[in-house]
Amino acid sequence: MIFINNLSIYAIPVFILIIVGYSFIEKNNVFDNFIEGAKEGGKIVINLFPTLLGLFIAIGALRVSGILDLLINIFFPILKIFNFPKEIMPLVFLRPISGSGAMAIATDIMKNYGVDTKIGNIASSVMGSTETTLYIIAIYTSCVQIKRTRGIIIAALAADFVSMIVSIIVCNFM
Amino acid sequence: MLNKIWPVFIIISIIYSFFSGNIENVSNQIFSSAKSAVELSITFFGTICLWNGIMQIALKSNIIEKISKILDPVIKKIFPEIKNNKKIKKEISMNIVANILGLGNAATPLGIKAMESLQEINKDKKTLSNSMMLFIVINTASLQIIPTTVIAIRSSLNSKNPTSIFFPIWCASICSVITGVFVTKILIKRKK
Repeated sequence: MIFINNLSIYAIPVFILIIVGYSFIEKNNVFDNFIEGAKEGGKIVINLFPTLLGLFIAIGALRVSGILDLLINIFFPILKIFNFPKEIMPLVFLRPISGSGAMAIATDIMKNYGVDTKIGNIASSVMGSTETTLYIIAIYTSCVQIKRTRGIIIAALAADFVSMIVSIIVCNFM
Repeated sequence: MLNKIWPVFIIISIIYSFFSGNIENVSNQIFSSAKSAVELSITFFGTICLWNGIMQIALKSNIIEKISKILDPVIKKIFPEIKNNKKIKKEISMNIVANILGLGNAATPLGIKAMESLQEINKDKKTLSNSMMLFIVINTASLQIIPTTVIAIRSSLNSKNPTSIFFPIWCASICSVITGVFVTKILIKRKK
């Protein structure tokens, strides 16, 4: 158990160790390969910056405008049918659009309602089983200059929604 | 898609803030958001270059070949269009491994690499190909087996059992990946 709790600390170094170690044993030019790959990274970041900037501004404005509270009030009666607890509502709306925002709110929920309570578990499970959907779609499509996304966001949001429902159901039985 | 969502977000936020009295916050937030975009990009600069470098090391060794062989049946099933393109298979495998291990900041750079290769074999460069749609949805659905960040937060808040949420997370992740792939397959069939 202690090992699993420390996994978050071990995962990345061990991952790097395996790749570098394996490649070294194979007698590849490990450092040359690293440099070759790292050089490309700069281009990717410069291409991504405008997308990130645009997203951050729109989502930042959305967060502080107070409209999320309005949306929560409108949609809560519907989500209540699916057993969504009111406490996690801000997380439900923020999770697909802002990773850091969702992280802050989830931490807050765990602090306020107790990390080992039902609400705390649901918040943890929602965080661990979903991703920042809008951000991933934006980055993955803009890095290759794609314009038409064929409704992919519908599929992605449907997956997020199912994930949240399952989190709630399973945590209710814990 | 962003051509619609982005202006809607901005317009709604600004108009709503007139009524909610949050206009000053919005005004400040626009500039602090610009600042955080720069800060994130600087962090990104480091992590993307780092993971691109690691990826290149892996691509040049036989280790990914072994990993992608294990994942081959799954990849073949989900991405029939890539046929036997080894480079793409390797890149998708690396991205899946990073996702599974919960290496969030590695998964994105590796995913971008796979997207670039998928774009090379894409016939219509302005539109997502079927494989790209499936690849994106698998990434947004989150395949995490080891939810590293959540465990870290739970530990920091002195949880009695930080790993107790593994089970709900696994159930939710599996259901969401299945839903994502299923809905995407419907989208692919409808639009064609």
